[in-house]
Amino acid sequence: MDFMILSLIKLGLVLFIFMTALAYIQWIERKVIAHVQLRVGPKRVGPHGLLQPLADVIKLITKEGMVPSHVHPVFYYLAPFVAVFFALIPISFIPFGQANVKIPFTDITTNMELTDLNIGLLLILGLSGMGVYGIALAGWASNNKYSLIGGLRSSAQMISYELPMALALVSPLLMLNTVSLRELVNGQEGFYFNVIPRWTIFLMPAPQIFSFIIFMIAGFAETNRVPFDLPEAENELVAGFHVEYASMKFAAFFMAEYANMVTVCSVATLLFLGGWHPIVVPGIGNWIPALVHIGGGAICLYHGLVQPARKWDNITLPVFGVAFIGAGLLFAIPIVQELLAPVFWFTAKLLILLFVFIWVRATLPRFRYDQLMRFAWLFMFPLALVNLLITGLLVAATTN
Amino acid sequence: MPTSELEKYFPVLVMAVIAAVMAASLTILSSVLGKRSKSPQKDTPYECGMAPTGDARDRFSIKFYLVAMIFILLDIEAVFLYPWAVVYRQLKWFAFFEMLLFIALVLVGYFYIWKKGALDWAIPERPRKAGPKTGTNLYREAA
Repeated sequence: MDFMILSLIKLGLVLFIFMTALAYIQWIERKVIAHVQLRVGPKRVGPHGLLQPLADVIKLITKEGMVPSHVHPVFYYLAPFVAVFFALIPISFIPFGQANVKIPFTDITTNMELTDLNIGLLLILGLSGMGVYGIALAGWASNNKYSLIGGLRSSAQMISYELPMALALVSPLLMLNTVSLRELVNGQEGFYFNVIPRWTIFLMPAPQIFSFIIFMIAGFAETNRVPFDLPEAENELVAGFHVEYASMKFAAFFMAEYANMVTVCSVATLLFLGGWHPIVVPGIGNWIPALVHIGGGAICLYHGLVQPARKWDNITLPVFGVAFIGAGLLFAIPIVQELLAPVFWFTAKLLILLFVFIWVRATLPRFRYDQLMRFAWLFMFPLALVNLLITGLLVAATTN
Repeated sequence: MPTSELEKYFPVLVMAVIAAVMAASLTILSSVLGKRSKSPQKDTPYECGMAPTGDARDRFSIKFYLVAMIFILLDIEAVFLYPWAVVYRQLKWFAFFEMLLFIALVLVGYFYIWKKGALDWAIPERPRKAGPKTGTNLYREAA
């Protein structure tokens, strides 16, 4: 089939899943933080509050779209536009599965991604670098002292952490020698002694554990997440750069933040955690997706039928349980397994990293500003450089 | 399969158009659908309920400009490392020592910035001046 038509179909599918995921990451975040703090979280709208994201969107859209008269109108509108625009583009070239997959019952073969760019990683770095404009513009255009301080802090923070992030990404490139995201993942295939996967964090001669940690810390700072959420430090700046924003314009910044989180976690998965390659050898590994789903379904059934904790649990949880077991049985069919197991592994790693983001938010306090800047310039930057030099030394010494 | 290198960018282009439409609708939609009401109180900049004093477009710390400048200098270094990393295995030791020299030169600048205090954000604590004699000192002198 024509490449263009096929990409449009895939784009529609990916966009639908991505937008739904964005809405539900927020639900998951509220639920997880609530349970960390011994609360229940959203539970009124729909079963277990599952319709909460939809209700929030409807509420925010119908709120008054106020534009205060003291703001700069053009930049005030441009800021959320820029933030969302540059946050959404990266999903169009992030690979999430194997190349040349044959779709069952047809003669179409296609890649599990929208398009395969040979400069994928550079493009992602460029686009994420543009994200700072949204926040800086919002801070300046609002003409509010809190906003200005928030915007300035955020710009300085984001550019400071971009440096260790860029340096941390060079080390895996040294070992795999390409900037194409698909090629990077292909270089991480296989296992040592049939046990340890050859992901970049374990890859010989220079396991990249340090650069993975540096990248994740810088990722937290780039997406303005706790403990680096100084631009919106509530107890000193009210809400930082979006004090003067209301309604859906306000929510646009959060949408951009969650989209950036997904991008950062995807890059970490592709570069350091072996992308869509399984964590255990294929023989047993093929059955893990099915087992995980059936296990989850069994837990849902147990809590729904045997031990319902809340009022509607004996109805809602069995429905989810049956759905999970159904998905698990689907993964047991060889054709589906071949098609979707890589996507399962990629998604699983992505979701675990996203969970870490949420977990950290529920756990850690905020940095002080001078600590934050000193940490970036006097610790992360030299550490990333030293890690790069050691990697270079080891790679040069072992290459024939 | 895409026929040309340029055709590979077609999904990116479509995604950019969709992202632009989505971002525009997010920013404009509530101005169209939401209700409208104006009041002079609502129109003032939010400063925790106090009457705002002066303009917000005030002067701010030189540190922010400084960080931006240092970032540009060092980020260009990081950009140069990308092509180096891609051809690393072909050049091996030559690439390693060339880049060692380059990084060493950049590091000289980095340490200069560090020693000049451009990376310090906290105001260094001044040594306390000897104040008037406190109670404890008086007691000690008496003893």
